[in-house]
Amino acid sequence: MMTMTYRNILTETEDNIGIVKLNRPQVLNALNHELMSELVQALEDFDGNDNVRVIILTGSERAFAAGADITEMSDETTISIMLKDRFATWDKVRHITKPIIAAVSGYALGGGCELTMMCDIIIASETAQFGQPEINIGVIPGAGGTQRLTRVIGKHKAMEMILTGRPITAQEAYAMGLVNKIVPKELFLEEAKAVAKDIAKKSPVAVRLAKEAVLKTFDASINEGLQFERKNFYMLFSSEDQKEGMKAFLEKRPANFTGR
Amino acid sequence: MSNENIVLVETNDKVCVITLNRPDKLNSFSDELTFQLQDALKEASKDSKAHVVIITGAGRGFCAGQDLQSRSISAEAGQRPQLGDSIKRRYNPIIVAIRRMEKPVIAAVNGVAAGAGASLALACDFRVVADNASFIQSFTKVGLIPDSGSTFLLPRLIGFTKALELMFTTDKLEAKEALELGLVNKLVPQDQVMKTALDFAGQLAKGPLKAFGLTKRAVNRAVFWDLEELLEYEASLQEIAGRSDDFQEGVKAFIEKRQPVYSGR
Repeated sequence: MMTMTYRNILTETEDNIGIVKLNRPQVLNALNHELMSELVQALEDFDGNDNVRVIILTGSERAFAAGADITEMSDETTISIMLKDRFATWDKVRHITKPIIAAVSGYALGGGCELTMMCDIIIASETAQFGQPEINIGVIPGAGGTQRLTRVIGKHKAMEMILTGRPITAQEAYAMGLVNKIVPKELFLEEAKAVAKDIAKKSPVAVRLAKEAVLKTFDASINEGLQFERKNFYMLFSSEDQKEGMKAFLEKRPANFTGR
Repeated sequence: MSNENIVLVETNDKVCVITLNRPDKLNSFSDELTFQLQDALKEASKDSKAHVVIITGAGRGFCAGQDLQSRSISAEAGQRPQLGDSIKRRYNPIIVAIRRMEKPVIAAVNGVAAGAGASLALACDFRVVADNASFIQSFTKVGLIPDSGSTFLLPRLIGFTKALELMFTTDKLEAKEALELGLVNKLVPQDQVMKTALDFAGQLAKGPLKAFGLTKRAVNRAVFWDLEELLEYEASLQEIAGRSDDFQEGVKAFIEKRQPVYSGR
């Protein structure tokens, strides 16, 4: 286990899992610029750390993140907010190559909801709430909400959430396919760890190329996407893990993947 | 609306007793009473000193349901009340709070439990009932539907056919018959109700609260999985009933103390 010194997040590793915990409890983990910079730093560190195979991003039982820090933004003008380019930091989350599992309890609102959707798998506590309430304060989602939510739950449901600002429960989110699994609130982090450990047993290189290929669907035509997938598939035949995986399968034993 | 304390809360030896305190009105629900009860339940849920909760009524009644003379429901000249909204804001949070509370909740039914008052008793985990008490599904008397969870609590407890009989006839269900139907955990003389409830609560208070809470969560999931959705649905149907001519006539007849003449509209 290691602990770095951040002001707004906590990090630790457990086995091959890197865990980032958002930690501004007094403001329900409102996502200010400093927190986002620290988060991206931590994610990039884990991404470059060979001992980490899967990353978990979580908050507290009460709140994953209740939104962006409004106090930071209320006096901005079009030009000032554009020049600050606050979402440039957010965009870096997209470039993390290892799987990120969001372990969500309580509020995931606004930027908090958008942050969960930048993750690859979402495990929710039965108390989780997802919402894009920006419309209530006269703006719209700015960190991908209009695009990612629509792709995940479809146009009409996304419109309802974004235009009314009404949050949805974990059950509704599950029914819409926004979250993978709902567990009792005491266990959401453990369940995320169980999923993470399962993925951590797989070939890291295959996991990486699989994540890349799935994400390709968001900005490629089906033809390009299929070509991309095919190339990644072929590429894996130069890995030791492919040899080991197929050999172990034929020998009816568990594979021991090294990531080479 | 007044600030007087119409809900009394007292916690001793891990047992929190919540008493509806409008005895001159048989503890019928005014707006204020529903909101004070919501607050009391919220507090009881958070209070680590309260391991078991008892809900009871002051005086000779448990709770007579909606106060038909309170302003939110009475038909004022030409205006029809928005009952769906009123139920969602006032009653449904009470039912949800009782089911969600990870502590045993006992209804000490000291007297008549009618309308939403019956729903309140049915939503609790247990009912300790006075032998002269009764449960009345009084809603359709005035052209409304059973609300505050009655339409799913009662069929789940006693089966749909007996439930519909009580809902349509609005017949009084006497304590003894309620016992036979499985609605009652302990049937005792009226002057023994509080003592019996307190003894039962005291016994439960010695048990493992954590395990009780988790057990209740599991049973809720098994039996009340769709509680919130059904409460919303029930409230929507009450909204429709509240706009009907029959409801206008029902309340009018009630206030004029005469038999209503329903048109079916």
